[in-house]
Amino acid sequence: MTPLQQISRPAQPFALRRVADRMLSRLKTTGIISALVLVVFAFFAVANSRFTNSNNLINILNQSSYLMIVSLGQGLVLISGGFDLAVAALLGLTSVVSATLMIALAANGVDFPLAIAISVAGGLSVGLILGMVNGVAVAYLNVRSFIVTLGIAGIAAGAGYQISGGAPVTGLPENFIAVFGTPDLRSISTSVYIAVLFAVALHLTMTRTRAGRYIYAVGGNPVAARLSGINVRRHIVLVFMTSGLLASLAGILLSARVSTGDTNLGGNFVLQSITAGVLGGISLRGGEGTLFGAALGALFIAVLSNGMNLENISSYYQMIILGGLLVLAVLAEQLRLLISGRR
Amino acid sequence: MAGGSRQSAPVSDPFPDPCPGALLEAFGIEKSFPGVRVLDGVSLDVRAGEVHVLFGENGAGKSTLVNIILGNYAPEGGTVRFDGKILPAGSPRAARDAGISVVFQELSLIPTLSACANIFLGREKRHSALLDEGTMSREAAAMFARLGIALDPQAPVAGLSRAEQQMVEIAKALQNDPRLLILDEPTTAFTDVETQRLFAIVADLKRLGVGIIYITHRMAEIQAIGDRISILRDGRRIATKLVSETDEDELIQLMTGRETLNVYPTIAFKPADEAIALDGASAASGRFQNVSISVRAGEIVGIAGLVGCGKSAVGRSLFGEERLAAGQVTLFGKPLRSPSPQSMLDAGVVYLPPDRRRQGLVLNRSVRENATLSCLNLRSFAFGQWLRKKSEDDAVQRVLNRLNLTPPLLDRNVSAYSGGNQQKVVFARAFLRETKVLIVDEPTVGVDVGARLEFYGILKQLCETGAAILLISSDLPEILHLTHRTYVLAFGRQTAEFQREEISEAAILSSFFAAGPKEGGIKTGAAA
Repeated sequence: MTPLQQISRPAQPFALRRVADRMLSRLKTTGIISALVLVVFAFFAVANSRFTNSNNLINILNQSSYLMIVSLGQGLVLISGGFDLAVAALLGLTSVVSATLMIALAANGVDFPLAIAISVAGGLSVGLILGMVNGVAVAYLNVRSFIVTLGIAGIAAGAGYQISGGAPVTGLPENFIAVFGTPDLRSISTSVYIAVLFAVALHLTMTRTRAGRYIYAVGGNPVAARLSGINVRRHIVLVFMTSGLLASLAGILLSARVSTGDTNLGGNFVLQSITAGVLGGISLRGGEGTLFGAALGALFIAVLSNGMNLENISSYYQMIILGGLLVLAVLAEQLRLLISGRR
Repeated sequence: MAGGSRQSAPVSDPFPDPCPGALLEAFGIEKSFPGVRVLDGVSLDVRAGEVHVLFGENGAGKSTLVNIILGNYAPEGGTVRFDGKILPAGSPRAARDAGISVVFQELSLIPTLSACANIFLGREKRHSALLDEGTMSREAAAMFARLGIALDPQAPVAGLSRAEQQMVEIAKALQNDPRLLILDEPTTAFTDVETQRLFAIVADLKRLGVGIIYITHRMAEIQAIGDRISILRDGRRIATKLVSETDEDELIQLMTGRETLNVYPTIAFKPADEAIALDGASAASGRFQNVSISVRAGEIVGIAGLVGCGKSAVGRSLFGEERLAAGQVTLFGKPLRSPSPQSMLDAGVVYLPPDRRRQGLVLNRSVRENATLSCLNLRSFAFGQWLRKKSEDDAVQRVLNRLNLTPPLLDRNVSAYSGGNQQKVVFARAFLRETKVLIVDEPTVGVDVGARLEFYGILKQLCETGAAILLISSDLPEILHLTHRTYVLAFGRQTAEFQREEISEAAILSSFFAAGPKEGGIKTGAAA
């Protein structure tokens, strides 16, 4: 029809290379973190006989689930090209809000299922609303996510202390603890199932849906994304709301586990969730990495801290090691860019 | 001095004798990247005082060879000699110290720093511990004078036009008196005036005995300043010839390995109703004022003008990406109140931006994802939110095979591809959805003849099946040969409109300056 057909070359010889190329890119995304998890696991399994005890393995799963849930949200924000420094504070505020609500409702004679439902909804809306504030400020006011979420973290922590009077909120109903926590420390907690559920659902969202594809594009190049007809702002808001929601969810689950509402419940989760994401292969420059990797990153951190606890390494050293890990992971990414950037 | 003693090498001889008098001599260079053999025993020699053109399709290995000479990559085999001495492989420092300088196609300036600071970056003049701003500023000013450009050395680079930035880049390369200068498509941002200036500088450098490697796709430039030309294809050097003893047809044939084809297709002209129009429009940014253009279905309309004349902003405004202070966009007879890229795409308007790296592609994502990014809301690629990966794969594979993406690996990041191949991924978007209106801005910058042919074929096919096409281009031959009608912009104002039979190089060039100061001495030798 046109002279163009004359210069089309057959593409047949590339079939094998295409398969190899795809496998290579798969391996690059989650290969390293999978290997890391196995290595630390094997190390502690050899170093300490208590490590592979079934109670301890369940304990690791339970411990990792909260960080995993938070890391999925953090990973989503990192992929979209931002940071969420508010996750720990949102988790803490949710914990205090839902615990306070629950106790107040119970004291006023509201039935347990209803009281729990209301207070869980109240807690989750904390994350949704403040996550939306984060997202709107980043997407519509062009403020850097680093600053917005830092500010929101301050507000959330202050509000948490104000509501709780600075002390842990105790006396949570047994039913709540039974449903959202675990009856005893030897069985798998509800949070594990929820973490796995969200990991699978969000991973599928990121790899199999338009929204996921768009979030990668927004993180990789927002200008190109907008020119491709993508509503960049909407996806940024969506991402921060999801991160807030997941932080709140982890807050409720963790409150049930420790039977307390506590502003400080989020502890070190900002550092840990970013580390989990970066270790899992998510680029801090956005647009790269997988949520499956972030979940594995969270598992890695849990295995590592559990093993270090068993070895009686002080929590201060553990913080140093975790911080060092983040720096190392970022350095490794730079190294990778340097090498692959040469092509 | 140019030309040399040796006659043009026969096509069949892959390894002519190394030239003993050469300034630079690369011999038997081999380089692979994962899965791709990029250079397969390539040899090249550059003599002092000659312009040696490197010519080849995108992905033929030109950039890789240059990067090996610069020490940015270490080759797996072969040696690079400079002045008879072997350069250590993979040492950018050694190459720089030997006097090898480069101007890349992609700019390497720091936007927030001044022109002067950029020129001296890493080689700052000092009074003991303090920077000697005075000397640096004077030398930068002297360099600008030599280049014939009026620039304040203290002006931040971010505020300069693309062409001025390129001049700063050249000044930077010349600052340390190179003995070998590598120019990688240095004129893509230039108008003819600036190109002529660059040629004068090159002639100057030749007299001083500087060797020059010049990479370009433009025939006119090869004829204008090339002494010898080496053609690369698929990682091999196919031939080295005297420029004076070869011609366009032969070069294209050597480059593509095919019989010569007419680059510009004849496109049937069957205009129907008006598809898209801009009515008395002024950009809120002030980039253009009072522009009225219209494109009918079944015609290709051009917008020509110098770099910075506002033609890109006109294209963006038609896609809802540039806010209008006055006037409006009309699509299929309906005025649009607030057009956005999203709504324009939904209405069948496809826009291919001029800067593929900044506006076109998500570099760290795969070829597949980039090709379909603007098409995922189509039924054939997604059921609601759920992606149909199989049909996506098939469609992208089909289109990119046709565009000859090499290598055709859909899972690879687009950043791993050369510029021309990246542009093919951008082109694919016009193919993957129904395109009623196509707006393209500088579509063929840095794109080889093969891909150009394919792209012009796309334009022809789209136009003849009733699409309206707006071609914004600084490449005059493209405008001359392809468009049915052409508008000219100068300094943000519409200065002329030419019907098909009136379109000529002289006519268009004269309206480039209509609304502003006349610049003297323009040679009408735009490009082939």
